[in-house]
Formats: sequence, structure tokens, C-alpha cells
Amino acid sequence: MTTPPIDQEELVTTPTVPVEEGARDHSFQVWVLRILSALVVPSVLVLFFFAFEFLQQRDLNKLVQVAVALVVGVGGVWALYWGMDRLVSALPDRAGAGVRPFAFAGPAIVLLGFYLVYPAVNTFILSFASDSGEEFVGLANYQRIFTESTYLVAIRNSIAWVVLVPFAAVLIGLAFATLADKLPRRSEVAAKSLIFLPLAISFVGASVVWTFIYRFRPEGFGEQIGILNAIVVGFGGDPVDWLAVPLWNNLFLMVILVWLQTGFAMVILSSAIKSVPEELLEASRIDGANEWQVFRRIVIPGIASTIVVVWTTILITTWKVFDIVYVMTGGREGTSVVAQQMVTEFFTFNNDGMGAALAVILFIAVVPILVINIRRFREQEATR
Amino acid sequence: MTASTGTVGSPMAAPATQPPKKVKKNLFPVYLGVGLITLLWTIPSLGLLINSFRQPSDIRATGWWTVFGEIFDSATWTIQNYTTVLEGGFANAFANSLAVTIPSVVIPITVAAFAAYAFAWMDFPGRNLIFIVVVGLLVVPLQMALIPILRVYTNFELNGTFPAIWLAHAGFGLPLAVYLLRNYMGSLPSSLIESAKIDGADHFMIFTRLVIPLSVPVLASFAIFQFLWVWNDFLVALVFLGYDPANRVVTVELSDLAGRGEGTLSLLPAAAFVTMILPLVVFFSLQRFFVRGLTAGSVKG
Repeated sequence: MTTPPIDQEELVTTPTVPVEEGARDHSFQVWVLRILSALVVPSVLVLFFFAFEFLQQRDLNKLVQVAVALVVGVGGVWALYWGMDRLVSALPDRAGAGVRPFAFAGPAIVLLGFYLVYPAVNTFILSFASDSGEEFVGLANYQRIFTESTYLVAIRNSIAWVVLVPFAAVLIGLAFATLADKLPRRSEVAAKSLIFLPLAISFVGASVVWTFIYRFRPEGFGEQIGILNAIVVGFGGDPVDWLAVPLWNNLFLMVILVWLQTGFAMVILSSAIKSVPEELLEASRIDGANEWQVFRRIVIPGIASTIVVVWTTILITTWKVFDIVYVMTGGREGTSVVAQQMVTEFFTFNNDGMGAALAVILFIAVVPILVINIRRFREQEATR
Repeated sequence: MTASTGTVGSPMAAPATQPPKKVKKNLFPVYLGVGLITLLWTIPSLGLLINSFRQPSDIRATGWWTVFGEIFDSATWTIQNYTTVLEGGFANAFANSLAVTIPSVVIPITVAAFAAYAFAWMDFPGRNLIFIVVVGLLVVPLQMALIPILRVYTNFELNGTFPAIWLAHAGFGLPLAVYLLRNYMGSLPSSLIESAKIDGADHFMIFTRLVIPLSVPVLASFAIFQFLWVWNDFLVALVFLGYDPANRVVTVELSDLAGRGEGTLSLLPAAAFVTMILPLVVFFSLQRFFVRGLTAGSVKG
């Protein structure tokens, strides 16, 4: 699944917020009310779910469970927010203006804190701990990661993935978008839909799809049912166990992700290409530029920022890929990657310390992108 | 995507305002290139689809492309694989996936919408700082969160329960939801909010009567994105619901089937399509919104 990237132009400046009397009140009482109002909605939600779990244990019908969850998820949560708002309105105006934003934004902040900020800090601490997470072992986990071949192979493969997959997906996506743009509209839409379709498929589903491409049977064990080996055999070659060929097997796994992500690159690049002003293209054609020159000198510079955004997005997706390797090879035959190794360590081997250290490695690698995103955002806010 | 309107002219189609394309004389090489890539991209799923309707023994014995010799022979085709797969746990897994996905989409939207309104239209201490943290959290790998949350869940015996995974998905989806919704809501004209205030509306009324109805496009985009994310998710479901057959979602069930080897080979294609059917229906029926959901925030149109 692809996380939509941040595009600089997408960032909208903060609207000028009307100043309300008391909004920045820092008195002790107001802060207590703020914190309380932030906690009410999440607490009630969690309490309800504890009760709900009780229902689940009674083998309640799944659809009833969903129905209950929906009534609570929509109606209940809205009612809670409404109730909080009424309570805040009962306060004196000044205090109400100070507390209300926390009744609105507080629950989200609490959830983000519990599900992302707290675990991130905790994972960082755990990465210095032993397998059970009890003992402090210093940098031992990191030392193992950077010396033992299991982890070095995973890091090597992950780097190869993030170099090759975004490159291939963007290149094919760009080529396809450029070519399709020249077709009559109906053919263009049809062709693009087909390239885009794999994006709706889960990584696990895609792995199953490609199982039937790479399937291998040793000679004498029946006909090849994998199309790749059928072609090889058809041309008189010997069948190959694609996923067991050292180094190359990584490449064959990467193809699956390229297959999934090209549609994403293509759709975004295609709309960027369409936004390059037609007059500019016409003018350069009149000046005698051929199609390749128009593409190189006008189109590419025009969509450069979009290419960067698409590239970064696919890069992050690729860096975190776990399902494909987990399902296809389980990381055997030298195909492990960091994200999959991380899950294997803590989920299969119960080594929390090691899993945490690998998660930290995953995180540190995206810090530059995080910093760039925040910097862009602040620039945008400052220049309004 | 211009955040002020939130409408991406469907990237699948050329904008309606665009003048009809001048068809150049020699399109043959273009057709060849496009056709070749399209063919390569379609063959894997097409092969799987054909395989899923073949006799189990045929799937094991020969490749799917051999059907082209016997395509009109009714003995070639069967829906037996689908019935076997559904009875063998996939009907249950499908229900589980629905049970996981629907609340996991609805809860974060509600929570994020209120928060986004506060970030866009209210003044409070820490407003900018907290929003910058949200921007930062957008790219934090999920893997950073798994171990500590699993430990907390294990302590409270919440592991393997639906509410546990709903809240986890809600938490993981929040940064993007808050980010998208805040940018969208913040781009609504401030005169609109001001005049509502002058007419005596309070924040809650402005939010429910004015801002939410105006934000439907971006709410739909996020809903579709989150639906696909949760439905297709394997990692979070594996960690928090596990391999317990009663709780498996479609992706976990499929990965389990794929790991069982040659014996279940003939069931894999049908099983894979059972897991894909809902995202594909969404894809074909809501293609326009689907694209917008996936590309929300990245398309400048």
C-alpha cells in the first residue's frame, strides 16, 4: 500500500485564526480541564471496548459485533464529542474558549501519543535490551546487526530494493504515461486502468499471483505450471528454481513490487504531464525540436518536482516492505530484508530487543525524509 | 490536487475541458509500446483468474495457458475451487476482514475530523508544534510501534480482540487523516466561518453544519485510502490478531494457505481472488475516487 506523499504545493498555509479571549490562558485550572477534556473520549472508548471484548468472548455473531462497533464508532463517538462540547459550553466563556480546542483535538492527540509516540520512544529504549526486553545490553544488538551475516545480508538486500524498485517503477511509469498520453482518449483510459489495477491488490495477494509465474518443478516431475519455466523449457532450456538462484532471487522478488507500484507512479506522473502547458510544447516543436527533445527539455523539467515526490513515496513503501518476502521465501536463500527480519526476530523468535533494534534502523533511515517534510512545512507556514 | 476544491480531475481521464487530441499520423510504435507493457502487466492476474476456474487436477498438472485449446469444453471450467475455499475458512476470514475494516475506517475519520477542525480554526497553546509532530509521524515506520503496543495488549489480555486492532489501525491512520483533513478544512474561506459566527453559530455548529458537509470529498478520499490499507494489511493483523483460525483476516488466511505447499496449490488462485474481490469492486466502481484516495496530497492538477 502506498502512503500518499507530501507535495510542497499541497501544503496549505494556516488560516488566520480569529483570536478568542482566553484561548491561550495558562492558569492551572484551565490546564487541568484541558487535559481532562482530552482524555474523556479515548477513555470512554477504551472502557466500552473492554466491555465489548466481554461480548466477543460469548461468540457473538460477527455481523452483530460489526453493527455494535459501527453504532459506537459513528454514533457513540459523535455523541461523546457533542457531550464534551456541551460540558465545555457550561463553563464561563473565557475558560470555555481555553478548553474547547482540547475537547476537539485532544482525543486525536491522546491516540497519537499512545499508538505512535510512546511506542517509538519505547522501541528505542528496548533496542538496548536483551531478547526478553528485561536486561540492559548496551549496543550489543546493534553490534550484532552490523557484524553478523544474517543482518548484513538483510541490510544489503534492503538497500538494493530501495535503489532498484523506485527507479524501475518511476521509469516504466513515466514511459507508459508519456506514450499513453499520445493515444486516443479511450485507449489511454483502458490501458492505464490495467496498469493501475495491481494497486488494489494486497502484497500477500500479489505474492500468490507471482507464485504462478515463478513456480518450478524439477525435470521429470511433470509439466511446468509456472509460465516463466514453461517458456524456458519451450525454448529447450532446463527449468530454473527462480527463487533459489543466489542474488537474482532478490531481483525476482523486486519485480513483484515494481508490478504493484508502477501504476501509482504512472497515474501521478500522467496528470503532471497533462498539466505541462500545451503552448510550451507547441512553441518548441515550431522551433524545430523533435519529440525526444521536447520530452527531455520541456516535459521532464516541468514534472521534476512530481518525479521527486513519487520517487520518495515509492522509496518509503519499498523500505518498509515485509509481506512479499515473508510470503514468497520467508527470507530464506539470502532474500531477507530489514523489515521482514524485524518481524521474524520479534514475532517468530520472540527476540524483542533485536526486533526493536531493527525497527530503529528502519526509522533512522527515514529521518532525513522526515526532516525535509517538516522543513518544507515550516517554510510554507512562514511565507504565508 | 488543489486543496481549495479537493477535486482531482480524474487522472484516469483527460480533463473534460482539454481540447480533443490531435491524432498524429503514425501511432503504430506507440500502440506497440503501450500494448506490450499492458500485456505484461495483465498476464499475471489474468493467468490467476483463469486458473481459479479450472479443475483442481488440471491446475496441478498443466499451466493455465493450455485452456486456450479447450476453452469451449464445459469440462474445463468449474467453480468448485471457490466453494472449497469459502467452506475451508475464507468465508469466515472474509467476515473477519469486514469486522476489522469497517470500524477501523470509521473511527479515525471521526476523531481526525474534530482534531483537524481544531488545528485549522481554533487557537490553542501547542497548536503548531503538535501539528509539526503530526507531519513528522507521517513517515514513521509502523514497525516502530508494534513491539511496545503488543506488550501493552498482552498485559491487558487484549491481544486477538477486534477492538484492539480497531484502535491500533485508528492510531496508525490518524497522522495522514489529520494532515489531509486539516489542510483541506484550513483552505475553506475564512469569511464563511466568520459570517457563521456572526450569525451566532458556535464551533460545534460550524463544524457539523458547515465544515463537515464541505469536506465530503476529502473525507471520501481518506476513507477509500484507509479501507484499502486496512483490508490489504497483513502485518498489523498478523501481530495483533495472530494465526488463531477464528480470528484470521483474508490476508493472513491466504498467507497460511500459500505456506501449506503443493497440496493446496489448486486452491490458491480462487483463494487469492476471494481476498481481492472487494478492493477490485471498489476499484472498478469508484475508480475516480479511488485514484483520488491513493494520490491524495500528491497530485497537482
